[in-house]
Amino acid sequence: MPDQPLLTISGLRSGYGGETVLQGVDLNIARGEIVAVVGRNGVGKSTLMRTLTGLLKPSAGTIHFQGRDATADGADLRARNGIGYIPQGREVFPELTIRENLMVGEVAGRGRGSPDYDTVYRFFPILKERSRQRAGTLSGGQQQQLAIARAMIGNPALMLLDEPSEGIQPSIIKDIARNVRTLNAETGVSVLLVEQNLDLIVSLADRGHVMEKGRIVAELGADEIRSRDEVRKYLTI
Amino acid sequence: MALFQSVFAMLYQFGDTFAFLVISCAGLAVIFGMMGVINLAHGEFIMCGAYVTASTARVGVPLPLAILIGALVAGAVGMIVERLVIRHLYHRPLDSIIATWGISLIATQGVLIVLGSTMQGVGTPLGSIDVGGRSYSLYRIVLMACALGLLGGLYLLFYHSRFGVIARATIQKPQMAHALGVNTGRMYGLTFGLGAALAGLAGGLYAPTMTMVPTMGATFIVESFVTVVVGGADIFVGAAPAAAILALIKAGLTAWYGQLFGQIGLLVTVILVIRILPGGLSGWLKGTSR
Repeated sequence: MPDQPLLTISGLRSGYGGETVLQGVDLNIARGEIVAVVGRNGVGKSTLMRTLTGLLKPSAGTIHFQGRDATADGADLRARNGIGYIPQGREVFPELTIRENLMVGEVAGRGRGSPDYDTVYRFFPILKERSRQRAGTLSGGQQQQLAIARAMIGNPALMLLDEPSEGIQPSIIKDIARNVRTLNAETGVSVLLVEQNLDLIVSLADRGHVMEKGRIVAELGADEIRSRDEVRKYLTI
Repeated sequence: MALFQSVFAMLYQFGDTFAFLVISCAGLAVIFGMMGVINLAHGEFIMCGAYVTASTARVGVPLPLAILIGALVAGAVGMIVERLVIRHLYHRPLDSIIATWGISLIATQGVLIVLGSTMQGVGTPLGSIDVGGRSYSLYRIVLMACALGLLGGLYLLFYHSRFGVIARATIQKPQMAHALGVNTGRMYGLTFGLGAALAGLAGGLYAPTMTMVPTMGATFIVESFVTVVVGGADIFVGAAPAAAILALIKAGLTAWYGQLFGQIGLLVTVILVIRILPGGLSGWLKGTSR
């Protein structure tokens, strides 16, 4: 199925309680693509991510993943089918060691090949050095690496990367961008990136969508997403 | 020699109380610590384990196997109760207290109606040993070893097994665990079942020392709640040291002033702990280590 998109979202509406945040979102991601959703705070980017993981139930619309309708699937099933989630704020398990955090990440990959610790440790050697350290004691940048590694170890076909730059110093952001790029090139994993950080968007994404008030309002092609001036227009007020 | 005798008597009293507190609170502590559910039917899961153990032992099953069967049956009942009742109340902790209390009343009265006000038990095995003219039950010494074995086993389960790692991840961040592929509903069911099985184990282990009555769970419930309240949510840094401290208080007071003061000492300790350390020992320890 080379031509079929990995993920197809159509008419997706979702929100919290009675309030609808996503007002009908359409979006496609092909295998191996890195797609960014760009927009300011509060336009619904994280709501989109949480709806894709299954933690939020959509009120309308459909989500097709790997050719089948995943709209009604629970979050755990979606993860086991190949959606890896790296949430905003990283959400590592603070009382668990690094090694134990990765063990939880293995759950998603059960039945789809064995966990590849060599690759994870090659990308993030610090995680091997400190494998017995509790995750809550790591710095923000290290926790971000752990959150990415925890998703990687489950062999996902799609990684949902929600604001990885938040609260992290610029040098580490560069590292993260480089690692995700290499990972994408080596394993062909697709990435849906939600970001406000200009550098990360420009250095990582193949193309993008601009989100405003719960809707996709503009598309950014391969040339536009690499232009800082073009992307900046949608991030500043 | 007289000194040795009184030291042995004190140690025996301490070990006996410690074993009783640890064994009776383990199931309650697992369910409260892992799921935040206060299980008021804890005593009835203990009763269930005791009844099953006593009745299987009486038809000729060896006692250790009968105890194991008692624990497994209580665990299975626990998983059914979780699926039918508890699961619907995870976001309503106060309602789950009422519901488990209701289950407790139904179980006690149901057993009373079906099996009558008392059931024939099994005798205490292993006899006794003589130390300095006083005799001590050998079975109670076995129970002390069981308490230590239980703590060791639970430690291995929660800190050195895949199930334990995933269970602890689920307590810390349930939504994140769910989004990583963990079937959190199943984890809660298994954890509640484990807690109920531990209660059943307590009933099975103490069945040979007690009279089989439908309200026998009440014998355990005060001590197990006291231990969990003093210990806090974590069984290893909380309930186990709490059991040791409480056993020390109770054994000391009992030795010098008698049984009644031992009991009063326990309750005073709980009241003080609630006032001074509302998170229990484990809450306090975790607070100071941060």
